[in-house]
Amino acid sequence: MANIQETIAKQFPEVEFAQGETLELNVPDAKWHDVAAALKNDFGFDNLRALIGMDWGEQLGIVCYLVNSKTYEMVRVKVESDGRENPFLHSVTDLFAVAGIYEREVFDFYGIKFIGNPDMRHLFLRNDWVGYPFRKDYDTNPALNPVRLDHEETQDTTVEYVEGPDGKIHTEEHVIFQPEDFVVNIGPQHPATHGVLRLRTAVDGEEIKKIDLYLGYIHRGIEKLCEGLTYPQTIHFTDRLDYLGALMNSHCLCMCIEKAMQVEVPRRAQVIRCIMDELMRLNSHLLAMGTFCMDLGATTMLFYALRERETILDIFEKTTGARMTFNYNTIGGVRQDLADDFVSDVKKLLEIMPEAIKEYNKVFTGNIIAKNRMEGVGVLTPEAAVDYNVTGPAGRSAGWNYDVRRAQPYGIYPELEFDVVTRTEGDSMARFKARITEMEQSCRIIAQLIDNIPEGEICAKVPKVIKLPEGHWFQEVETGKGAFGCYIESTGTTSPWRMKFNSPCFCLAGVVDHLCRGQKIADLITIGGTLDYIVPDIDR
Amino acid sequence: MEVTTKSMPYEDWKDNEYIESLVNELKASGTNVIVGSLDKLINWGRSNSLWPLTFATSCCGIEFIALGAARYDMARFGWEVARSSPRQADFMMVAGTIVHRMAPVVRRLYDQLAEPKYVIACGGCAISGGPFKNSYHVLKGVGEIIPVDVYCPGCPPRPEAMIYAIMQLSRKVKVEKFFGGVNRKESQKEFLKNHPISETTN
Amino acid sequence: MQDLSFITHWIDNLFRVVLGCPDWLTVTLECVLLGLVLLLVYAVLALFYIWFERKVCAAFQCRLGPNRVGPFGVLQPFADMFKMLIKELISLNHVDKFLFALAPFLVIVASMLAFAVLPWGNGLQAIDFNIGIFFLLAVSSIGVLGILLAGWSSNNKFTLIGALRSGAQMVSYEISISLSVIAMVVLAGTMSVQGIVQAQEHCWFIFSGHIPAIIAFLVYVIAGTAETNRGPFDLPEAESELTAGYHTEYSGMHFGFFYLAEYLNLFIVGGVASLLFFGGWMPFHIPGWDGFNHIMDYIPSVIWFLGKAVVITFVMIWFKWTFPRLRIDQLLSFEWKYLMPVSLVNLVLMTLVVVFGLYF
Repeated sequence: MANIQETIAKQFPEVEFAQGETLELNVPDAKWHDVAAALKNDFGFDNLRALIGMDWGEQLGIVCYLVNSKTYEMVRVKVESDGRENPFLHSVTDLFAVAGIYEREVFDFYGIKFIGNPDMRHLFLRNDWVGYPFRKDYDTNPALNPVRLDHEETQDTTVEYVEGPDGKIHTEEHVIFQPEDFVVNIGPQHPATHGVLRLRTAVDGEEIKKIDLYLGYIHRGIEKLCEGLTYPQTIHFTDRLDYLGALMNSHCLCMCIEKAMQVEVPRRAQVIRCIMDELMRLNSHLLAMGTFCMDLGATTMLFYALRERETILDIFEKTTGARMTFNYNTIGGVRQDLADDFVSDVKKLLEIMPEAIKEYNKVFTGNIIAKNRMEGVGVLTPEAAVDYNVTGPAGRSAGWNYDVRRAQPYGIYPELEFDVVTRTEGDSMARFKARITEMEQSCRIIAQLIDNIPEGEICAKVPKVIKLPEGHWFQEVETGKGAFGCYIESTGTTSPWRMKFNSPCFCLAGVVDHLCRGQKIADLITIGGTLDYIVPDIDR
Repeated sequence: MEVTTKSMPYEDWKDNEYIESLVNELKASGTNVIVGSLDKLINWGRSNSLWPLTFATSCCGIEFIALGAARYDMARFGWEVARSSPRQADFMMVAGTIVHRMAPVVRRLYDQLAEPKYVIACGGCAISGGPFKNSYHVLKGVGEIIPVDVYCPGCPPRPEAMIYAIMQLSRKVKVEKFFGGVNRKESQKEFLKNHPISETTN
Repeated sequence: MQDLSFITHWIDNLFRVVLGCPDWLTVTLECVLLGLVLLLVYAVLALFYIWFERKVCAAFQCRLGPNRVGPFGVLQPFADMFKMLIKELISLNHVDKFLFALAPFLVIVASMLAFAVLPWGNGLQAIDFNIGIFFLLAVSSIGVLGILLAGWSSNNKFTLIGALRSGAQMVSYEISISLSVIAMVVLAGTMSVQGIVQAQEHCWFIFSGHIPAIIAFLVYVIAGTAETNRGPFDLPEAESELTAGYHTEYSGMHFGFFYLAEYLNLFIVGGVASLLFFGGWMPFHIPGWDGFNHIMDYIPSVIWFLGKAVVITFVMIWFKWTFPRLRIDQLLSFEWKYLMPVSLVNLVLMTLVVVFGLYF
């Protein structure tokens, strides 16, 4: 790390450094692209984990987290814009493929225009939306943005801001779909998009030529809502992002707040959280597998998967009182103690899971049609996985050995024995199989813990009014879909200045176009199903 | 007249007053015997064959899948024929948050449903905006853009609650008149007149 | 074996002798009567299959299936039909109204015509052509026309893709169906439906034709499943890809026709399979076991026919609820690369078997 600081400082004297959780770079916009290129090419920071739009009051800007895909080191880069009126920043789309979609998000919410991003359209909001909602001075008057019942106009062109050699910025127009393209509108109401995702798909016969992604059909403005709430009030939102990773998401947020407050979580709570996380992962993978099989037409598999899922939900329900949105994790620990028969129920589950997995393999995985549908479809290379920031089972099955539980260990995971499930093929079959193997690994983790739940407190003592010191924190966990991150910037009050949920599904949706080109329409369903994105997590 | 469905005693329903008021309204309009028994036959068909539109935006949708699965098995009531095309569905379960960008789509889906069509607002978000009520991008209830027949609270509602909601809908269908429109507080036509597509609403 | 043709003779007699109708009136009245009976059978069978499939798939999926309307939910499809009959028929803008309305009728007429030549029982058949099987193949291909029209006239991209898929699929699989049917015709030596049934009096073709007959049966069932657009070949209406495929834009009873025709086609494929391979209405006979054969004869021929058809369709329903869906290119390459060559070779094999008299 010191090495990075020295070299970068030599190359770019304007860059300021600080040491927080990670090495922090404060880069002026003019040098941002060059610094990013140096970080990527010279130090291997080839994975853009998060690109977070910010409003610091005086300036707008972005905060980026870059990860070295081999050593798992992380650096934080902060870039500020000039003023608020017409902010421009340089794009890094040419270095990190995922930046394209991240920057569109920032443009949508903060109005920061990125020079060199080939697509500067609204991503979440309607084309005719007035204002930039995440700015602190956003006018919330409903008269400005009423509920419109007319359909927005679909744009077939987009603009790019280009910096001329003289430093002047002009716009260039790009065409997304040619008039002769046969564009099929898949979604937002479509059975296979797992929610309300809209994919405008140009097809040539049955072959997909291009996919244009439209988000925001379930954009609920959770991050903005959090800014008006106290910290304990924000936790329940995490359950409603990726509702299949509810406990893991809230675990992430709680850890982030605990890290900021420097609260030590009791051992019992740590173990409970870990068991709950793994049960949640089982739940998430089961439903992902089931709905995917249903999309392929094997409806019966869905019902088999849901049968086991109900068993898991029973366990959750006995302890937390809910089936889906638990609100179980709290700052300092967990809310309720385990139910009396938690241990015996979980043991029963561990007994039936291996049999169930065998059955799934017998019914579906070995089926010749299923094999033909999945093998070689939507191949993701490890380089593309890093480039598009595809984490979780999808990234690992492409061969990128990245699991937050090992890369940035948290909770009690360092003490546990489990394998990071990595495959090399990167196709849909690999993603499907990786999920099944991960279920086995989750069972293994639970089996290690279930007999060793220590006695003690379930929640640390925390003050009644929770105030975070001034600063910023970033915490990641491994959910069923990938690396879920939580970024908090605090100014020392009871509510966050900025809270960002860096969702894995957002990046998964971003890679769909890359994977689907040249495949058949039916493969779009296979690819979407095996990537397993949850739309409310994409849109937040 | 006690309006109920099979295997559910009349006393167990929560809102018998409302249904009774509908029954009285029906009686007051004075239907004759032939039309009345024809109505009964038609309503028997309609109330027992409610096909949902596969439409879900968020968490409630997962519970809706669970509703179709073995434990809750909505097939028992004949509701399992979930149609993906709105033209063939009977009711729309608005399961999940409806946001500004989605609102025109929901409205279009509603318009595409073939008569008779019903709407169940499922979950806190669809009823009032739920936990996201204060958001700049969330509708404060789907009732703002389409007429709702049954509200089903919960976040998300348990599958049992959803079964109860659809049974309530089925009960409501039973006291309908085929010859004379649909029983609603505000008739569908009035509602659509008050919420036109071209103009904007708050 | 009881000959049920006495019923038709009695009715014929009633018109001609008792009522003294002239020839033309008798024929007209008989046609109308027959049409009504067939329509009734048609409707009842369709409703039965809707219920049957829902119950069977529920059983596969550890569920109960419909059980609230009527005992075991048998009245469920009736409720569905009542509802569908009075549901709004949405009239769309920007569609070819005539073709749009014509399509469901074409589909349903195609399956209804096939009913005319199915051997319902001993002496129970609307008409016994000398080219009955040929007629059956011909009319069942009209269905694809209806589907193509439906997809095209709806003016919707999903329906268009669904229709094109359906066209490619049905035209391809028709070849395999025809080839396997021809193989059986070679064995029977006749194209008349009753002739084929009579030829199986002592032994069903699936046993007497041994290897080539079994191959033909497998090919027929696979291609027949594809022909009915059912899973794993349900691409034209693949829910997860094309919302509802070619009938996305249809509502009310128009959709009801497609819905019914799907189940009727299922029955027709099952019925033809039972006719070609399992002796139609012929009871199960084992040569030499006279006592056993006599007992089998007591079961009415209608039951034999329907029973066999239902068993075969059960297997096809089983397919649907087990297998995932194929992709269009896999579907076509399966037909053209495997199924058609196999059925061609099988036809040659069958011819050799018949020429050298190697069958039982």
